[in-house]
Amino acid sequence: MDVVMLSRLQFAVAVFFHFIFVPLTLGLSIILAWMETRYVRTGDEFWKKQAKFWGKLFLINFTLGVVTGITLEFQFGTNWSRYSEYVGDIFGSLLAIEATVAFFLESTFLAVWHFGWNRVSKKMHLASIYIVAFAGNLSALWIILANGFMQHPVGYTINETMGRAELSNFWQVVTNGYAWGMYAHTVLASWALGGFFVLGVSAWHLLRKSNVEFFRASFKMSAGFTLALVLLLGLSGDQQGKTVAQVQPAKLAALESHWETGRNVPFYLLTWPDEANEGNKVQAIGLPGMLSWIAYGNTDAEVKGLKDFAKEDRPPVMPTFLSFRGMLVMAGIFVLLAVGAFLQRKKDEPCPLLLKALVWNIPLPYIAIMLGWAVAEIGRQPWIVYGLMRTSDAVSPVPAENIAISLGGFIVVYSLLGLLDIYLLRKYAIKGPNAQEV
Amino acid sequence: MLETIWFVLWALLWAVYFVLDGFDLGLGALLPFLGKNESERRIMYNAAGPFWDGNEVWLISAGGVTFAAFPKAYAVMFSALYAPLLLLLFALIFRAVSFEFRNKVEHDSWRALWDCVHFLSNLVPCVLLGVAFANLFMGIPVDARGVYHGNLLGLLSIYGLAGGVFFLCMFLLHGSLWLAIKSTGSLQTRAIASATFLWPLMLLLLVVFLVLTGIYTKLYANFFASPVLFALPLLALAGLVGARVMLGAGKLWLAWACSALFILGVTFFGVAGMFPGMIISSIDPAATVTAFNGASSQLTLKIMLGVALVMVPIVLAYQFWLYKTFSAPVTNDDLKDEHAY
Repeated sequence: MDVVMLSRLQFAVAVFFHFIFVPLTLGLSIILAWMETRYVRTGDEFWKKQAKFWGKLFLINFTLGVVTGITLEFQFGTNWSRYSEYVGDIFGSLLAIEATVAFFLESTFLAVWHFGWNRVSKKMHLASIYIVAFAGNLSALWIILANGFMQHPVGYTINETMGRAELSNFWQVVTNGYAWGMYAHTVLASWALGGFFVLGVSAWHLLRKSNVEFFRASFKMSAGFTLALVLLLGLSGDQQGKTVAQVQPAKLAALESHWETGRNVPFYLLTWPDEANEGNKVQAIGLPGMLSWIAYGNTDAEVKGLKDFAKEDRPPVMPTFLSFRGMLVMAGIFVLLAVGAFLQRKKDEPCPLLLKALVWNIPLPYIAIMLGWAVAEIGRQPWIVYGLMRTSDAVSPVPAENIAISLGGFIVVYSLLGLLDIYLLRKYAIKGPNAQEV
Repeated sequence: MLETIWFVLWALLWAVYFVLDGFDLGLGALLPFLGKNESERRIMYNAAGPFWDGNEVWLISAGGVTFAAFPKAYAVMFSALYAPLLLLLFALIFRAVSFEFRNKVEHDSWRALWDCVHFLSNLVPCVLLGVAFANLFMGIPVDARGVYHGNLLGLLSIYGLAGGVFFLCMFLLHGSLWLAIKSTGSLQTRAIASATFLWPLMLLLLVVFLVLTGIYTKLYANFFASPVLFALPLLALAGLVGARVMLGAGKLWLAWACSALFILGVTFFGVAGMFPGMIISSIDPAATVTAFNGASSQLTLKIMLGVALVMVPIVLAYQFWLYKTFSAPVTNDDLKDEHAY
């Protein structure tokens, strides 16, 4: 394998692994803040117990999120040094702002929350989890603004003497509509994941009649939250699809495996791409005009097909297409489950089938989020910065064997840590709120 | 002008990182030597508990600022030092995990395993940071395209190793002083003894390192050009001497602060000698990345300066508050909280 492919794989491993931990941090911090608010308002120890129980799972998850994030920041320098040199003027500043305005805040106040139960006042303790929730979501904003620049570069000029892109309009970079659309979709997805996590763990206990009162309260609390988010998520996804159609037409064509430019394009429920022959092996059950409508809000709109793009400018169709379809299917499952949970939230004994489904659902939002990133990143290929720099021109001049070794190291270490993390989360989730530690 | 300001800020961020993460890295590397039983070891973990994560963010900021203000230096530095940097990252990953996982399973061998991981994953960064910075002081074999012509072993020259040992001792001393602040009873006695033992060694290493710097690097050229810069190594020396005096007087916080001053002095000594070089090429002077040829555009430097001037004082203020809030020694009561390490 060449340096480009190895570097891409290593980045994919690092970013996917990092993003196992981020969404739960973003989502659960909000739920924790809400629980602790109820404790501080009513003085009822029940809600303190809630915050402490879910807080322990939050803390186990948080640590891995932090360290895998550091790795990512340095990956740009270690493996993508040509890229870093070319766009560091813009991209680097967004990462640096993320660290100074958001990450410091998050880690410092998480420490206050983590160790401060008996050291700071109740109100200060509550404030610290709000700051953590705010800073975490703010941190995501800066990172996605940076990614948004790669998707839809704005606010820059090319400096020919320096041979690089330079910032010309900071305002344009931070108000990049593409990035804000991605941000909304990512953050809503992360919150929904947090909601499904709480629903799933609560369902596990409710099925076994353990700590029923405790987990009914958690269940009830997150059911409405999750449903609202899942619906908003659908809206934001639709909106982002329209933005992609405007800004990255090749990505849109790839994620639908749409080959021939035309008007009034149907959406085929069953499709199987055939990249070699520039078409689809299977293409059946078309909803007339639906693709045009999804992309442009008009059933008669013209949608550009992949054949209209030079071969070297097309993203890999199969992985982009499958990731997108996988995400859509899961979105359907999430709507059903969230509606079910919402309708059953006040029942003394919610339907066991629903509870079981919610337990089995715990990993699905994670997978859906991964697929979403796969659509965004694979669909952007062959560009590292859309239309401006090709991925193949971006890698570091590092020997392939070095990358092969580090990639192997990442796979081994991350698999090990991932398994340990799942083991500990499961252990403490099952233990329930009354188990004494030590 | 902006480039020079950013060069100083760049140095400052690394120096603050060494001061803050230095003590918890040193503390972790002391674990098997000072923690004699389970509760003492837990006190050592919790002595770093509320701080290590926030401290590590200074590394991210130092990296981020290198990226934003000096993209070329960032690109060359991290790709040329590929192997040691990834080693550092893996160590930091294991260190963080050892904090969080150690006390999550009640089994002696589980804890012993994580103690071992904790020790190694703190020891390795102490040494690696020293080796890396010594090599930056000395210059590394990079060509004009930023391609590195050397290997991992090439970094372990006499001067590189001296840097590693120097940083290790510096962080162990800093960590011992921190533990003395955060512990009581026999653990505190041992922490003070450790600092007292390390101090003469540190003084010796400082002298050796300053001499070797004269032999292996060109850092002193800047100092002879503007002798006022000699204040920096003198500041380091004053910090080191102050640490011993304050330790002897039982003023632990001041001893730690003097040790922090020592670290600041050492970092600025090295970086002032490099100026304006950031990545000094040992094979081709024209390939050296400087604060001037490696800087971002004026607009980016200006915006980032605004961000830094507003945010860094705010960060320092709330981190100071954190340190104040958690300044008391770790007690057995703290260990009873279910969220404690």
